[in-house]
Amino acid sequence: MKRIALLGMPNAGKSTLFNRMSGAGAKVANWPGVTVDLLSAKLLLAGQMAELVDLPGIYDLHGFSDDEQVVRHFLCNNSIDLIIIVANATQVERQLTLALQLKSLGLPAVLLLNMSDEAKKLGITINTSQLGDELGYPVSLISAKYGQGYTDAYHLIEKTLQNSPASPALSLEQDFAVDQQLEDKLEQIIRHSVEVPVQTSHSTTEKLDKLMLHPWLGLPLFFTIMYLMFEAVYTLGSPLQDGVAWLLEGFRDLALSPLLSTLPPLLNSFLLEGVFDGVATVASFVPVIVLFFLFMAIIEDSGYLSRAAFLMDSLMTRLGLDGRSFVMLLMGFGCNVPALMGTRTMRSRGLRLLTMLVIPFSLCSARLQVFVFMTTALFAPSQAPLVLFSLYLMTFVTVIITSLIFKGRFNSHEPFALELPPYRFPTSKQMILRGWHEVRHFLHRATKFITIGVVLVWILTNMPFGVEPASSASWSGLIGEFMSPILSPAGINPELTVALIFGFVAKEIVIGALAVIYGLEGSSLMQGIAQQIDWVQAYSFMLFTLIYTPCLATIATLRSEAKSGWYTALSIAWPLTLAWCVSTGFYQAARYLGY
Amino acid sequence: MSNLYRLSSLLPGQSATVQALHVDSGFQFRLNALGFRTGKIIELIRVAPFNGPFHIKLGNTEVMLRQQDAANIEVLM
Repeated sequence: MKRIALLGMPNAGKSTLFNRMSGAGAKVANWPGVTVDLLSAKLLLAGQMAELVDLPGIYDLHGFSDDEQVVRHFLCNNSIDLIIIVANATQVERQLTLALQLKSLGLPAVLLLNMSDEAKKLGITINTSQLGDELGYPVSLISAKYGQGYTDAYHLIEKTLQNSPASPALSLEQDFAVDQQLEDKLEQIIRHSVEVPVQTSHSTTEKLDKLMLHPWLGLPLFFTIMYLMFEAVYTLGSPLQDGVAWLLEGFRDLALSPLLSTLPPLLNSFLLEGVFDGVATVASFVPVIVLFFLFMAIIEDSGYLSRAAFLMDSLMTRLGLDGRSFVMLLMGFGCNVPALMGTRTMRSRGLRLLTMLVIPFSLCSARLQVFVFMTTALFAPSQAPLVLFSLYLMTFVTVIITSLIFKGRFNSHEPFALELPPYRFPTSKQMILRGWHEVRHFLHRATKFITIGVVLVWILTNMPFGVEPASSASWSGLIGEFMSPILSPAGINPELTVALIFGFVAKEIVIGALAVIYGLEGSSLMQGIAQQIDWVQAYSFMLFTLIYTPCLATIATLRSEAKSGWYTALSIAWPLTLAWCVSTGFYQAARYLGY
Repeated sequence: MSNLYRLSSLLPGQSATVQALHVDSGFQFRLNALGFRTGKIIELIRVAPFNGPFHIKLGNTEVMLRQQDAANIEVLM
C-alpha cells in the first residue's frame, strides 16, 4: 500500500484538509520510531488503497521541540511514497521553507497552497506553474475549508503518486541543516512567482484586535466571553438533557422493563438497574457535551486562543508558566489528554512538567457532566450557572496554588514566539463534524469502560447475595464505611465515596455509579440525592471531583509524556492531597459559619 | 541617519528593519520560520497588559514575542 504523509506549519489548515480527505474514517496508529500516536486514514487514490498519515504541525525539520522530533523520526523510520505539504497561501513567503527543506532531502512531494480564498481577498497572486517549476514540486491552490480547488488537487496527488517511486526511509545521519543557499533560493522563487500588495491587512482582524486585545478591556472581555459560553452551554443544554433523560426513561418503562420482567429478579435488576440505568444516565449528558464542544470548536478555530495566550502571558510568567500553558488549560476544558499532548511544543522540560502538573485541574467535559447533574439537583436554576462558573474559577485557584508551590522545582525560562492568526469562523460543516466526533468518542468510551464501570458498581452494591442493595452490609457499603473516617470530614457520605472511587477510572462513571447505587434514574435520581445531602455536601463533593485525579487516561498520558515514575506519582498524590484539603476546608468552614 | 536599537525599545506603532538575532540556534530556527530574517520590516502593534509580550507584525504574519526575548533582536530605525 502506498503511504502518504501530510506535513505543514501550525495554522496552515492541515487538519481541515486531513478531515476532508479522510472523511470520518481516521484512526490512531503507532509508527516505527515514533513514540506518540498519529492519526491515519485509508483512502482510495488512483484505483488503489493508500494510507494517509497526519504528522504534527511543525515550523521546520531541524527544530528542537518534541513535535519536530516526531516528524524527523517518522521520516527516518518509514518509507514514504508522497508528502503532501500544506502551506498557508497568505504566508507563502515564509512557509515555503519546509518545501525547500524536503526538496533538498530528495523526498517526493506536492505542495498545496491552502487558504487561497483569503490570499485572493488580500490581493496576493501566486503563479503556481512558475512556482512549481522553480521548486521542483507540483503546486496547487486550494481552500480546504470551502473545498475550492480540491478536485484539481486530488488529481495532482493521484498523478504524482503514480509516477513517484517509493522513497526509502531517510538515514539519521542525513543532513537536516539549513544553509544560506536555501534562503537565497526562497527569496528568488518568491520574487519570481508571488505578488504581494505593498499594504496587506486583515482589516476585520485589526479592528477586532483593537477591542479584544485592548490594554484594559482585553482581559475582562475574555472572562466575560468564557462566562457567556458556560452560561449558554448550561441554559441550552440542560433542557436538552432533560429531554433525552425523559426519552430514555420512557423507553425503560414502556419497553425494556416489561421485556425483562420474565427474567429472574437478580438478572433483571442487573440489566435494568445496573447496565441500563448507569449507561442511560451518562448518555443523557451527550447533548450537553456536544453543545460544549461546538462552542469550544468555534473559540478554538477562531484564533482567539492565541490571543488569550497574549493577554495572559505576563500573569502566567509570574506563576512559572507562560501563555501557551494558559491555552493548554483552556484546551483542557474539553479533554485533558490532548491538552497534555499539546505541551509537546514546549522545549524546556521544567516548563512542560509544571504545565502538565496543572492541566489535570482543568474542568474537563467529563467532570462538567457531574457538575451539571449535581447543580441541577441541588441548586435553583438561577444559581446553577454561577455555581458552575465558580468551579471553573476553582480550576484557576488550584492552578495558582500548585504552580506557586512547585515552580521552584520546575524552573525554566524558554524564549518563545507564538503566531496570532487572523480571526476565522468555522463553517457549519466543520462544526457538525466536530460534534459528531464527540458523539463517537463518547460511544467508544461508553461501550468500553463506562459499561464495565457501572457493572462493577452494580456488583459491589448487590453483593454478597441477598443483601439490601447499597445497604451497609453490601460490599459498597463496607468500602464506604471503611473510607468514611477519611472522607466524612469533607462531608462526603459512603455512597458518594464509592462513586468517587470509580471516578478514578473516568468521571463519566461517577453519575452512572450514583444511578446504580441509589437504584434510581433521571429526575428521580436527582430528587433522591437532593433528599439525602445538602448543598454544602454537594459542593464539597464537586470540589473533590474537580481536583482529584481526572481519569486513568490522563494518568497514562502523563506517564508516557513525562517518562518519569516519580513525576507520575507526584501527579497522583498532589491532587489527591489538595482535593482533600480544599473539600474539608470548605465543608468545615461552611458548617462553622452555620450553613 | 539610521541607528541600531534593540527591538524591545520600540514603541507601539513604530516600524524597524531586522538587523541581527542574538539568540540560541533552536530559537533562531523558530524565529526564522516565523519570518524574522535580516532585512525584514517589522512593526510593533501593541504591548499586552501588565507589561506583557509584544504584538508584532511581519508581512502577513502576526506574532507575540516577550519583551525579554525582543531585547535580543537588533533592529535598524
